[in-house]
Amino acid sequence: MSKAATVRCSARSVSAPLVLAAPPLLFMLAFYAVPVLSMLLRSVSDPVWTLSHYASLTGDTVFLKVFCNTLYTSLIVTLGTLVLGYPVALSLVRAPRWAPFILVLILLPFWTSVLVRSYAWMVLMGRHGIINEALLVIGIVNQPLRILNTPLATQIAMIHILLPYMALPITNALRQIDPSLTRASSGLGATPWATFRQITLPLSLPGVAAGTLMVFVLGLGFYITPAMVGGPREITLSMLIAQQVDQLNWAYAATLSAVLLASALAIIAAFYRLPGVSNAFRMSAR
Amino acid sequence: MAAELTATRAAGHGASVTLNHLEKSYDRVAAVAGVSLDIHSGEFLTLLGPSGSGKTTTLMMIAGFEMPTGGDIAIDGKSVVAVPPYRRNIGMVFQNYALFPHLTVADNIGFPLRQRGVAKVERARQVGQALELVHLPGHGGRYPRQLSGGQQQRVALARAIVFKPRLLLMDEPLGALDKQLRENMQLEMRRLHADLGITFIYVTHDQEEALTMSDRIAVMNEGLVAQIGRPEDLYDRPISRFVAAFIGESNFLPAVVCGIEDDVVVAECEGAIIRALAQSPPARGKKVVLTTRPERIRFADGAWNSTVPQNRLTVTVTEAVFAGERCRYMLQAGQGIAIVLKEPSSASIRRRAVGERAEIAWSVADTILV
Amino acid sequence: MIVVRLLPAMVVGLILLFLVLPILVVMVVSFSSETYLTFPPPAFGLRWYNAYFASDDWLQSTWLSLRVAAAVVVLATFFGTLAAIGIPRLPSALRILASALILSPLIVPVIIVAIGIYYSFARYGLVGSPTGLILAHTCLAIPFVVTSVGANLAGIDPRLEQAALSLGATPSGTFLQITLPLIRPGILVGALFAFITSFDELVVALFISGSGAVTLPRRMWDDLLFQIEPTIAAVSTLTIVLTAALMGCAQLLRKRAPT
Repeated sequence: MSKAATVRCSARSVSAPLVLAAPPLLFMLAFYAVPVLSMLLRSVSDPVWTLSHYASLTGDTVFLKVFCNTLYTSLIVTLGTLVLGYPVALSLVRAPRWAPFILVLILLPFWTSVLVRSYAWMVLMGRHGIINEALLVIGIVNQPLRILNTPLATQIAMIHILLPYMALPITNALRQIDPSLTRASSGLGATPWATFRQITLPLSLPGVAAGTLMVFVLGLGFYITPAMVGGPREITLSMLIAQQVDQLNWAYAATLSAVLLASALAIIAAFYRLPGVSNAFRMSAR
Repeated sequence: MAAELTATRAAGHGASVTLNHLEKSYDRVAAVAGVSLDIHSGEFLTLLGPSGSGKTTTLMMIAGFEMPTGGDIAIDGKSVVAVPPYRRNIGMVFQNYALFPHLTVADNIGFPLRQRGVAKVERARQVGQALELVHLPGHGGRYPRQLSGGQQQRVALARAIVFKPRLLLMDEPLGALDKQLRENMQLEMRRLHADLGITFIYVTHDQEEALTMSDRIAVMNEGLVAQIGRPEDLYDRPISRFVAAFIGESNFLPAVVCGIEDDVVVAECEGAIIRALAQSPPARGKKVVLTTRPERIRFADGAWNSTVPQNRLTVTVTEAVFAGERCRYMLQAGQGIAIVLKEPSSASIRRRAVGERAEIAWSVADTILV
Repeated sequence: MIVVRLLPAMVVGLILLFLVLPILVVMVVSFSSETYLTFPPPAFGLRWYNAYFASDDWLQSTWLSLRVAAAVVVLATFFGTLAAIGIPRLPSALRILASALILSPLIVPVIIVAIGIYYSFARYGLVGSPTGLILAHTCLAIPFVVTSVGANLAGIDPRLEQAALSLGATPSGTFLQITLPLIRPGILVGALFAFITSFDELVVALFISGSGAVTLPRRMWDDLLFQIEPTIAAVSTLTIVLTAALMGCAQLLRKRAPT
């Protein structure tokens, strides 16, 4: 078989998918990748090629405070979604009769826009919102608590919004556990709690890792929710970036954006390598 | 009723296929390492081998789904390597049938006719004929998921032959069926081959299946053809240990050559003299392996005499298993050579007990040097 | 004892209540007839729905969001389907880069995407125009189409394509007659997600809608800054119902994919 024929054939096998993939890739490059990258470039090219913007971050108390606050909030939210999300995931798998109903209750808020959900929490947590009304009626407090515009409000609202992102990967992981394993464990004398602790829980960890990864990374980038229900004193990195853009401090905004992006990527890189995480992640992508 | 489809037989219209030093490597690992085969027009040839032997890759190259990295494939004398699969006009049956789930059985079978521009009415007629040929009349309106495995198999077959190809490729098509169904389908395929008269190339790892169905078998191992021949030739005269072990069951006797008599090798094994047929006589003193089939050995103490030259050995019975139509004995000769003997389980043959000593004999013509 | 056995169910019930309560509250408040946000509302009525339907501004924004979303559906579905089919067949280095690019909007914090796009679009006069919104939203929606079609495609037996080729169908014939019908559910689900992504999108719109292309979420946001009027609750309820209906269809479609 001639070499020319081989070359022709392998060229043929590359060109067809390229013809298909090129239009979407070019579109995304033009209207998304290049704009974002050129903006990020401002962090090292403004006004001349320099790393000074990054260097000055180390002494920038505002940035450090905001960054730590953002990380802390993401951490709390991740823990919160884990604590609340695992039981829900478990119930989806253990009670198949109720599963469609539970799924709807998880998915309905999931499908609602972040704006609407954040607004809903504004209604709930306001001075005359349902939470305060309930507390007053029960008699726990004498006057309405200030829940809205506090860090707690941000955390509660974010936990609510990100809960499905934790529950769904865990559900997938639990569903993949061979049911005969738990039966075997039972038959060998383990109590239900012991079976859960030693068999189910460890085998569900890839899903937990995937959920944790998604919630933490998404939490880092949250903007709408903290802006709507958080106080003006506790701002997240996204809000700081938006503020700087409003004031046309592009170089600073670009530097902050680069730091935010790098943090997200670093965490993904660290977690993605764990066994099973990439699968669980892929399956739960909307 | 299937007259047109079977008319190809009268004209001797199977395609001939020639593989010339065919090679396929992936990242420097050779899946097919130089296969040369001449497949005759109208024959049923099986590519037989363990997984990883390159048999499926070879089939895929003939079909056009893999590009050879060396060598050539010619169909009816013309090279087809540069021809894309949809222009090769070859019928193909896949391992899991690959029926289109969103099309009815009739649309599945009519699919190749549609690509060739056959008009609707004529298409329906030919689809009907094909369904008759595979004994599924009236199933045209069903969907593949509504059929059993065996029925899906037959639809896949019908689809592959409806456009009258002169070559049919089959990649382990019976693997997913249970034993009884598989044996029935093997006979069906034999019959179909006889009726259609076209060339069949069949891939399988099941040596019994190959022996049952084929005109010739090409045994493959590690990307090369180990031996090609008619089933009885491969069974009686394997040319290598691999073929002897892969087809049927074999006993292997290590021995040392002590002499040559015409084309018979004389060797010494555990103190006994064994004679065997050899293609090319080896040198004296050379260590060789002689092979013979378990069912060709008999217990020789008693009345079994033969006019043909025999080999004899003294053995001890280490295991005796009754397996329905046969008894199977594990014997030990000398210092640890294991020999298997199979004989019919007739009431007139005395069953041996474990620990018994006995003499066994088998004809020299059934002993091969590999 | 009964309490102990029911405890897990009660815990899960509370969590589920937590999940769904805010949505329910918004829907109830939208039917309130008072201007201030209290719960429970003192009286019910359709006042805020009337306010919505009577307001030119709200209706214009709704219409704009619908138009933009419709355009995004067409573009994103088209590009996303091409990408889902083409990218897996590229040689491995290209494939990894292409996948990373196509899927990155799912990972990159949306504020970064928003200001990046704003940075460029401002220079080309694409701020404050529906065109800019359509282009930006399409980029955000493409990954959803790609994952949906990609998942569907991955579930299709590759031998079906080989079978079609062996039976004489050309590569394009194979695509039209075999591949495309089988990925239709994935395409439809992707289209639905593309619509919702664009319709609900706020952060990018905050920066590039300017004053000439105020989308519905943008108007809700602006309104919130100045007054917390239950009109927003009415609008929210309407969007909840719309989203739920569309996503419900998506779920049904997913279940019906033939294998």
